[in-house]
Amino acid sequence: MSLITARRRRRAAGYAVIVLGLLTAGVAYATVTGQPGTAAAATPSSASPKQIAEGASLFSVTCASCHGMNAQGTSQGPSLIGVGAAAVDFQVSTGRMPAKEISAEMPRKPPVFDTAQTHAIAAYIASLGGGPAIPSAAEVSPIGADMALGQSLFITDCAQCHNFSGAGGALTYGKYAPALTHSTPTQIYEAMLTGPEAMPVFNDTTITPAQKRDIIAYITTVRSEANPGGFSLGRIGPVTEGLVAFLGGIGSLVFASIWITLKRREHT
Amino acid sequence: MSDTPNPNDTPESAGQEPEEPRTPHRIIGTPPPAQSRAMLADETGDHHEPPPELPPVPDNPVRARRAERIVAACFLLSALAGVGFIAAYVGLEVNGLDSTLRSNLALGTSLSVVFLGLGVGAVLWVRNIMPDVELTEQRKPLASPPEQREEFAETFNAGAAASGFKRPLLRRTLLLATAPLAAIPLVLLRDMGPLPGTSLRHTVWRKGMRLIVYGPNTPLRPADFSNPGQMITVVPEGYQDNQVALAKATTIIIKFAPGQLRPPTVMNWTVDDIVAYSKICTHVGCPVALYEQTTHHILCPCHQSTFDAIHGARVIFGPAPRALPQLPLGTDSQGYLIATSDYHVPVGPSFWELGGSGFTGGNES
Amino acid sequence: MSNSKGLGGVGVFLDDRTRGAAPARRFMRKIFPDHWSFLLGEIALYSFIILILTGIFLTLFFQPSMTDVVYHGVYHPLDGVRMSEAYASTLNISFDVRGGLLLRQIHHWAALLFVGAIMVHMLRVFFTGAYRKPREFNWIIGIAIFTISIFEGLFGYSLPDDLLSGTGLRITQGVLQSVPIVGTYLSFFLFGGQFPGHVIIPRLYIIHVLIIPGLLLALISAHLFLMFHQKHTQMPGKGRTETNVVGAPMYPYFMAKTGAFFFFVFAVVALLSTFAQINPIWLFGPYNPSGITAGSQPDFYMGALEGALRIMPNWVSNVGGYTIAWNVIIPAFVPLGIIFGGAALWPFLERWITGDHREHHINDRPRNAPTRTGIGMAAVAFYGVLWLEGANDVIAAQLHIPLYTLTWIARVSVFLAPAVAYWVTKRICLGLQRKDTHLLEHGVETGIIRQLPSGEFIEVTRPVSEEVRAVLESRTGLPQLPAPAPGEPGEGVPAPSERGAMGKLRVRLNRVLTEGIPVPTGNGHGNGHAELREGEPAAVPSGADHGRELEAGSPDEEERPSGH
Repeated sequence: MSLITARRRRRAAGYAVIVLGLLTAGVAYATVTGQPGTAAAATPSSASPKQIAEGASLFSVTCASCHGMNAQGTSQGPSLIGVGAAAVDFQVSTGRMPAKEISAEMPRKPPVFDTAQTHAIAAYIASLGGGPAIPSAAEVSPIGADMALGQSLFITDCAQCHNFSGAGGALTYGKYAPALTHSTPTQIYEAMLTGPEAMPVFNDTTITPAQKRDIIAYITTVRSEANPGGFSLGRIGPVTEGLVAFLGGIGSLVFASIWITLKRREHT
Repeated sequence: MSDTPNPNDTPESAGQEPEEPRTPHRIIGTPPPAQSRAMLADETGDHHEPPPELPPVPDNPVRARRAERIVAACFLLSALAGVGFIAAYVGLEVNGLDSTLRSNLALGTSLSVVFLGLGVGAVLWVRNIMPDVELTEQRKPLASPPEQREEFAETFNAGAAASGFKRPLLRRTLLLATAPLAAIPLVLLRDMGPLPGTSLRHTVWRKGMRLIVYGPNTPLRPADFSNPGQMITVVPEGYQDNQVALAKATTIIIKFAPGQLRPPTVMNWTVDDIVAYSKICTHVGCPVALYEQTTHHILCPCHQSTFDAIHGARVIFGPAPRALPQLPLGTDSQGYLIATSDYHVPVGPSFWELGGSGFTGGNES
Repeated sequence: MSNSKGLGGVGVFLDDRTRGAAPARRFMRKIFPDHWSFLLGEIALYSFIILILTGIFLTLFFQPSMTDVVYHGVYHPLDGVRMSEAYASTLNISFDVRGGLLLRQIHHWAALLFVGAIMVHMLRVFFTGAYRKPREFNWIIGIAIFTISIFEGLFGYSLPDDLLSGTGLRITQGVLQSVPIVGTYLSFFLFGGQFPGHVIIPRLYIIHVLIIPGLLLALISAHLFLMFHQKHTQMPGKGRTETNVVGAPMYPYFMAKTGAFFFFVFAVVALLSTFAQINPIWLFGPYNPSGITAGSQPDFYMGALEGALRIMPNWVSNVGGYTIAWNVIIPAFVPLGIIFGGAALWPFLERWITGDHREHHINDRPRNAPTRTGIGMAAVAFYGVLWLEGANDVIAAQLHIPLYTLTWIARVSVFLAPAVAYWVTKRICLGLQRKDTHLLEHGVETGIIRQLPSGEFIEVTRPVSEEVRAVLESRTGLPQLPAPAPGEPGEGVPAPSERGAMGKLRVRLNRVLTEGIPVPTGNGHGNGHAELREGEPAAVPSGADHGRELEAGSPDEEERPSGH
């Protein structure tokens, strides 16, 4: 029961904040767009009321149909109370949310909202029940990270689903671990922190923020490095190699042997 | 080749005149040299030599002349590429990814051109310069004539008789002598490895041994591992660099929300809804760790055996026959997660000596 | 060349010591028949040569050692990572030795081509019936080469001790350990104790670079010697009989062609190695028994085995305190046992069923042996399903098909697909036979429509050319056993009792195996088509000249009699 009352209180607070936000919109807008709020969004407590208000209005238009007017969850979508700003930022900035349709796995798509809007929604959700915050640029920076440790952690705890090169892989019942090709360092960090969908959580006391940066450094370095041996063939292992050996190798040699043994036809 | 325009298609090929032929000019209407030679041989029939099977001149001298230039160009290209390969070897140092990429591209391309030039040149040579021949060779029956077989049998039997191999004592003792000789190489292989003993039944986990996160090698308190849906690979402290130990002892721990775990998970072996399962698949031993926190499936990436982490990691799909063994967990005086004993059933793939007791899902105490 | 009256100095020197002139002359004049599919085996041969050459290079730099080192080389992402010397030296070959990566990639691509070419070569031999007497030995040698090549490949790609191949070794060890009675001992002896131990890489190394290559060299030599001695088979055609070989001589034609083909094989492998990255072990990372990657796959020739392991239900039996791991030993030994064992036995089985003890030097066209072709395609389908299932996780991830669905499809189609493939192939073959019969009886449609004086329109057909006719008439049908008539033994067939169970089975199998469309002209004599050809010129209408112009070879050809 205390949970419900808490939520009611928040709902009222939310509405109040919307009104407040609308009143101060003109002044606040410039500051928000000028500084797309890594600092502001870094911790939910520091989110401005205006930002929360904007987030709430975006939420009510786009997200509430599945997650409920107060993010309490419906049969269509889970409750978002307590998931934190990081989870929202991950889902929205990767375009997974808002979802077009419910499927086994939400695919990555171009995001619907820009960074400021995403952070506003994240701030709103964070204001409902805390949860992990969006990491700052410094927190996810691969500079100076220990890539050897990152490699070791990646191979032990990430590669089993995302593949040795982050190319992704299949899970049960149509789910899949997505490719990490386009994930930003922030998104990788958020995914570890919040465990989106089927992914397990790797909280900061198990994999420390420094170790998360090591993993990010390994992923981003390896995925952007050149393929010295030619085209990568998708970096998914020997399956494509076998395909190329047959289609490209045996196939072209069959053409060569046909040419070599072609009967000569003299036209006289 | 038939698909290239053939100057000889038109009988009065004007194109022949500017290029002074190196082979004797052929007057239209006379048979090609190969045939004229053949006719010559026929006319002076008292030669016992049959017409030459391989005419010494091309079927189509004009085309052969053109082909000769193309073939020569191919070989020249090949030679240039070969020099290019050496130049690329000398000129391009390798000391990392990008330089290797450049070197591989240069060396590989030049090597490919070397062989392509030789191959294309050789085929054009055969097809356009060597006269087209089709010869016939008779096959002899593979079976020897009966008399040869008889001779063989006689010779063999004569040898056998002369050898005295029919004497039973000689024959049997000789056979006896070879029997241990055949066994000796096998015996010599004995020291290739120790006997298995009961080593497959145990891992290095012992009571009081801490679980450390593989990689950073840090111990964990239950409070550090507090979000339901967490999973991490752990290994016994002190064995993080011991591959033989890790091949059996590697473990995953998973955190559940209170009340989520169900039998046959052994609740006594969990700490704060943290459960530890062997990471070694009971099928053929791949590390299983594709943990889905929504479905609580643990999937093996090798052969897709799937285990239900809530229900004692029992098998729900795939070829694995046994649940992943559960490691009994506790905490030490400093509050760190420890094993309270070794696994109670063998981890990893089945083996002959495993027996039915290995199939009790780990909840046997 | 042919003008020179005698041997040169070197020739005299050699012949003085060997009396080799006559054999060498025969060697130069040895006739090789031409057909594109006869070069498939050569892909394997030349890949093998490339493998030896590049392999020698790699041994100069590779360290087959499992000693732990900490890497501090030029590949940054692994800087400071613990790894075996084997893995570190493979990184060194890739990034510090000039041409090292290229030769590593050539070695690996050539390995894939080697096994792949053996597979397609075997299929060619099977579908054309080229394994028949007298070539059964060579067929079995080929199967042996195929089998040990698979091990050669597995051991070879395990040497770098990377995560992917280490996982493959782990699976190999798990399979070995599951073998009843001796499994644990085999595993402990091979690995020098528990997996992974410290000796497996050096042991695999010596097997990979010495023992198996030696065996392969011996078997390939035997294979080539027998092929050379028995003379190559030929495809049916004009002037080709069971008692001759028609083609171009070894010197200079075959030498030039096969040399060119060697260059092509090397060129293709070099092109692949330049433009397609293979086995990027630096991305996999060093082996570590706690790590695993999604999409853990073996090289393609292990794929069927991998697929068999994946579709198998988790059956095990516990008998008297011992465990029989059916879930591992059935997939590990049964499917490939069926394929290899079946292939090895087939020539003898076919000979028993048909009672055909003649030598065969003219290949069957696949359509002319519909049942055999159907069985071959069934085997291809069986192998293909397992092979695809071996990549089911990659297929699931790339095509977004649920994983278990794929496994269930494979579980069903491993039985269904061979049956369907057999039936469909047989129908197609019989259809093609009908088409051949039609061509022989009615000729080729010319597309020319003529109006007869009566006003009727007819399409002009023209008889098929001699060349085509020879090919079409090569269909003689497989020898049929006589119906089990009581008392009277079949004529010309060494008659085992047709009354016993085996005899009845044999007759029934014979009916299935010899199914085909009746041969159109002058059939009924099973002596091969040499005889058919005798009466042929009279049967060819004068209109055939037109066809000859389109179809026949060079003018030189007609000068030559088709037999002596």
